[in-house]
Amino acid sequence: MENTLLLSYLLLVPLVGAILLLFFPKKSENGVKYFGLLISVVTFVISLIVYGKFDSSSAAFQLVDKFVWIENLNISYVVGIDGISMLLILLTTFLTPLTLFSTWNTIKHKVKEFTFFMLLLEVGMLGVFVSLDLFLFYIFWEAMLIPMYFIIGVWGGKRRIYASVKFFIYTMAGSLLMLVAIIWLAVYASEPLGVFTTNLLELYNVGPTVPHQIQNYMFLAFALSFAIKVPLFPLHTWLPDAHVEAPTAGSVILAGVLLKMGTYGLVRFCLPLFPQAAISFAPLFSVLAVVGIIYGALVAMVQKDMKKLVAYSSVSHLGFVVLGIFALTTESMQGAVIQMVNHGLSTGALFLLVGFIYDRTHTREIADYGGIAKIVPIYSTALLIASLSSIGLPGLNGFVGEFFILLGAFQSNVLNNWLYTVFAASGVIFAAVYMLWMYQRVVFGPVKHDRLNSLKDMTASEIAIMVPIFVFIVWIGIYPSTFLSMTEVASNSIVKTVLSVSVNVIK
Amino acid sequence: MTQLIYLTVLLPLLGFLINGLFGSKIKNEKIIGGIGSGVIGLSFLVSVMSFFELLSLPEEKREIIVHLFTWLKAGGLNVSFAYQVDQLSITMALIVTGVGFLIHLYSIGYMHGDKGFWRFFAYLNLFIFAMMNLILADNFVLLFLGWEGVGLCSYLLIGFWYDRKFEKSTTSDAAKKAFVVNRIGDFGFLLGMFLIFMTFGSLNFSEVFSRVSGMNVPTYVFNFIALFLFIGATGKSAQIPLFVWLPDAMAGPTPVSALIHAATMVTAGVYMVARTSIIFASAPAIMTVIAVVGLLTAFFAATIGLVQNDIKKVLAYSTVSQLGYMFLALGVGAFGAGIFHVITHAFFKALLFLGAGSVIHGMHEEQNIQKYGGLKKYMPTTYKTFLVASIAIAGIPPFAGFFSKDEILWYSFANGGFIFWIIGAITALMTAFYMFRLLTLTFDGTPRFDVHHKHPHESPSIMTIPLVVLAVLSVIGGFIGIPEVFSGSHGNLFHGWLAPIFKKAELKLAHYGSHSHTTELILMAISVTGAALAIWFARKVYLQNPQFAVNTANKFKGLYKILFNKYYVDEVYDTTVVKPILKSSESFLWKIADVKLIDGAVNGLAKVVENSSEYIRKIQTGVTQFYAVIMTLGIALALFWIILSL
Repeated sequence: MENTLLLSYLLLVPLVGAILLLFFPKKSENGVKYFGLLISVVTFVISLIVYGKFDSSSAAFQLVDKFVWIENLNISYVVGIDGISMLLILLTTFLTPLTLFSTWNTIKHKVKEFTFFMLLLEVGMLGVFVSLDLFLFYIFWEAMLIPMYFIIGVWGGKRRIYASVKFFIYTMAGSLLMLVAIIWLAVYASEPLGVFTTNLLELYNVGPTVPHQIQNYMFLAFALSFAIKVPLFPLHTWLPDAHVEAPTAGSVILAGVLLKMGTYGLVRFCLPLFPQAAISFAPLFSVLAVVGIIYGALVAMVQKDMKKLVAYSSVSHLGFVVLGIFALTTESMQGAVIQMVNHGLSTGALFLLVGFIYDRTHTREIADYGGIAKIVPIYSTALLIASLSSIGLPGLNGFVGEFFILLGAFQSNVLNNWLYTVFAASGVIFAAVYMLWMYQRVVFGPVKHDRLNSLKDMTASEIAIMVPIFVFIVWIGIYPSTFLSMTEVASNSIVKTVLSVSVNVIK
Repeated sequence: MTQLIYLTVLLPLLGFLINGLFGSKIKNEKIIGGIGSGVIGLSFLVSVMSFFELLSLPEEKREIIVHLFTWLKAGGLNVSFAYQVDQLSITMALIVTGVGFLIHLYSIGYMHGDKGFWRFFAYLNLFIFAMMNLILADNFVLLFLGWEGVGLCSYLLIGFWYDRKFEKSTTSDAAKKAFVVNRIGDFGFLLGMFLIFMTFGSLNFSEVFSRVSGMNVPTYVFNFIALFLFIGATGKSAQIPLFVWLPDAMAGPTPVSALIHAATMVTAGVYMVARTSIIFASAPAIMTVIAVVGLLTAFFAATIGLVQNDIKKVLAYSTVSQLGYMFLALGVGAFGAGIFHVITHAFFKALLFLGAGSVIHGMHEEQNIQKYGGLKKYMPTTYKTFLVASIAIAGIPPFAGFFSKDEILWYSFANGGFIFWIIGAITALMTAFYMFRLLTLTFDGTPRFDVHHKHPHESPSIMTIPLVVLAVLSVIGGFIGIPEVFSGSHGNLFHGWLAPIFKKAELKLAHYGSHSHTTELILMAISVTGAALAIWFARKVYLQNPQFAVNTANKFKGLYKILFNKYYVDEVYDTTVVKPILKSSESFLWKIADVKLIDGAVNGLAKVVENSSEYIRKIQTGVTQFYAVIMTLGIALALFWIILSL
């Protein structure tokens, strides 16, 4: 494996950028904004270069960079990517500048701090996706909490303190167990490996040899932390609060990328480290996923606050991803991975759009709207496209992921039961109900309140933010090969690994 | 030209993009309407040329696949944007683009002056785009893209006048209902696809169909597949139990009702079953289900049509009923007859709706036929063409509807049995009756509106020309399928054309035994005489003795009420499905399960931690003596333990 610094630059640029920001004078708000945007754009460009160097035909981790960090404990800084991390990196670096740009006029106080935290958050997210050392991963995983905590707690809505503390404690509680499991695994591995190590690639060889019973505990310790992040039913109640209170930018990143850390963690750690346990728990997690799909949709249906509705719809959408992961077929895994991106795009778009109109009217109550189609036609069209993407209309991105997930789950040998798919697919109906019902109440009908008449349509910069997202929504919908081929080998290899190691378990 | 078949898909898409993106800037109705109609006209030309090219090829070569690019590929799945041109798809393409073009032209006149003129044409083009994908797809998933796409367009067009009231609610309620009910069907279709993929390892038509015959698959699997697919069809093609959206779909502008909710989209289910005929032929139990559902739908919808007073409602239930006929045909294995009826129905039902639109247009948005009367002298062209269409749908020879309807009735007798035939025939009588009730109440007699305030007028020629063209087609359209009993050695041309498509399925069903021409002629005579009598009766009642209708309605008040209220199906669905789900989601799932139970447990846990730490904190009194005492006690205990264990 050649050693390259490229991934490290990916982490360093936003990190150094964030630090440099601190030296900006407090008054130069515009300078801060431009600089923040510039840094995030540069990061995006680097990620494109990474993509250019990335070889999607190989299952091995690539662009690996490594140096020993804590020598006594044999903990190293190891970064490297496969197709799945590649795709999620691109999602992160793509959404961050858009999000920063979207806050241009809406974040009015403590701009410097806000931009600082956003960049720091990007470092954390990227770090999670590139870490190949459990300890390093854990650092990034935890570090990410801090900027998010502040973003909700400082720039959030009325109940922001409650929401941010809830968010923090929820996720913290999960990750503590994971830390215990990481240490235990490293200790366990030191016997066959002859040395204490948290290197993921070496642990990949040891994990599957852990006795099944103990694997189960390990698996649960990891999975709990990830399940909270996803969030998997019934661990989801932090999400609506966090979303409702977070500023738009926070919601976009939270839904767009942060939730994917949970599903990414399941794919990267839980499955290959503890394959037997993964197979044993697949039915349980799939049931929770399916319950989440239906439950999230039904609860979303009766929400009165637009943001809460989108938040609950996330519970439903992420249920699909988890189902796709635990169905353990190539189709469903590919679907799950692309669905992570899809959810990031469509839910990100929805949160942005809700944010745009909230900035104008300062209300998110569905009942406060009605009949705005005539007043803000561009906005209405944009909201329609985002909604259709969210309900999985064929030709747009959402369908590709859901279709692969359901198709894969239907013929999964691990789940071996149609009913998962039958129930999950019913979520497709409910999705249409809650999204279109909201759309109808907000956009259609006669104009309900006089003050809506003075509503301004989307500005040029708002359009500029949405257009790139829509380009990808259509791109993935019509020509997903660009993205599917990126992750194909990686998804396939993970599924194969799990199934081959645990052949005896299925029998 | 066949290689360029993708133009029939791309041109409408282009029209959609131009009008959708720039329509609001263009503003000029002539340009917008010209672009919108032009692209469909060109698509029609491409279809016609492809048709003739196909015709020039030997029969076994009449299946051409035009592959564009790979769409979904992962694991074992590999489907593409690829279009299949064969006898069935090109026939449908001709209808969709041909009738579609006429309706686009008509819309230029009908939508004149509407604020959303450009939006209307953008949506119509998008619809044709989706519909062409549906019929030209060479695989299930692309078909599904069209399938949901037409659903979306239907949603957008039903709710086109989104700020208008519609019956008890709004047009956007009707639009949402259409989409959601369709999605219930789509849910079935999805499961059908998954099961097909699991069974045959592919979702491409040619591969699946060849494996159907080649592989040894148990019948129950076929039954499940066919059932799931049929659930999809009941949604899109408005069959029992999912027909409830179609009558409400009339909230959209009338050309939409003509194009989408009568001539093309709603026949998608029929097309899909015909396309996958080999699968259905392998599932005999489901074939019976289809025949029965089709028959019941035809019958019940017709009974509702007898008493409705809204001109579009009558036509809507008539459409549901005629779609029932088509499914009856499919169910008894007469796939060709089903498609034949799709075609003739497209002509006369599009004509009826456009005629209704012309009437509504001329009567300033009035839709109640009780408030019409004597319109034939105000709008002669509309009247004449409407009359032609009514005769055609009533099944009077030699108009188009006669041939297709008669063929269905004959096959339902031959393959289904007497019961199927008699119910089908009674439905035909009812059809003739309600159509001539509608015709008579609208165009004959004396005006029942205020002639001083309302000034009905004939529509402009951009609207009447499509009417005339469709009228001609409604007269001669049936000649492509003249039954053997008349044409003799030439056989049935249309069947001969489609035969290769249904060959395998028909071989499998193999119930074309004896074919008695005498019986066929007798049955034909009975149904035609019946229809003629029904027409005569309708004319007599509504021209000479309208009081008779009122009296009859009063006499059978209960029945009348049930029919008038459409068997209360909407109400039943509302109380048994919609309301309980909404209610339990809100008051139980959200407010109790989510907020109280789950979140309550989390917050409760936090509270417990907080309280106990509050409690534990008390130990830390800060009084040094207290610590000293505790420490001493601890040391004592430890010593004690050590001594004991010695």
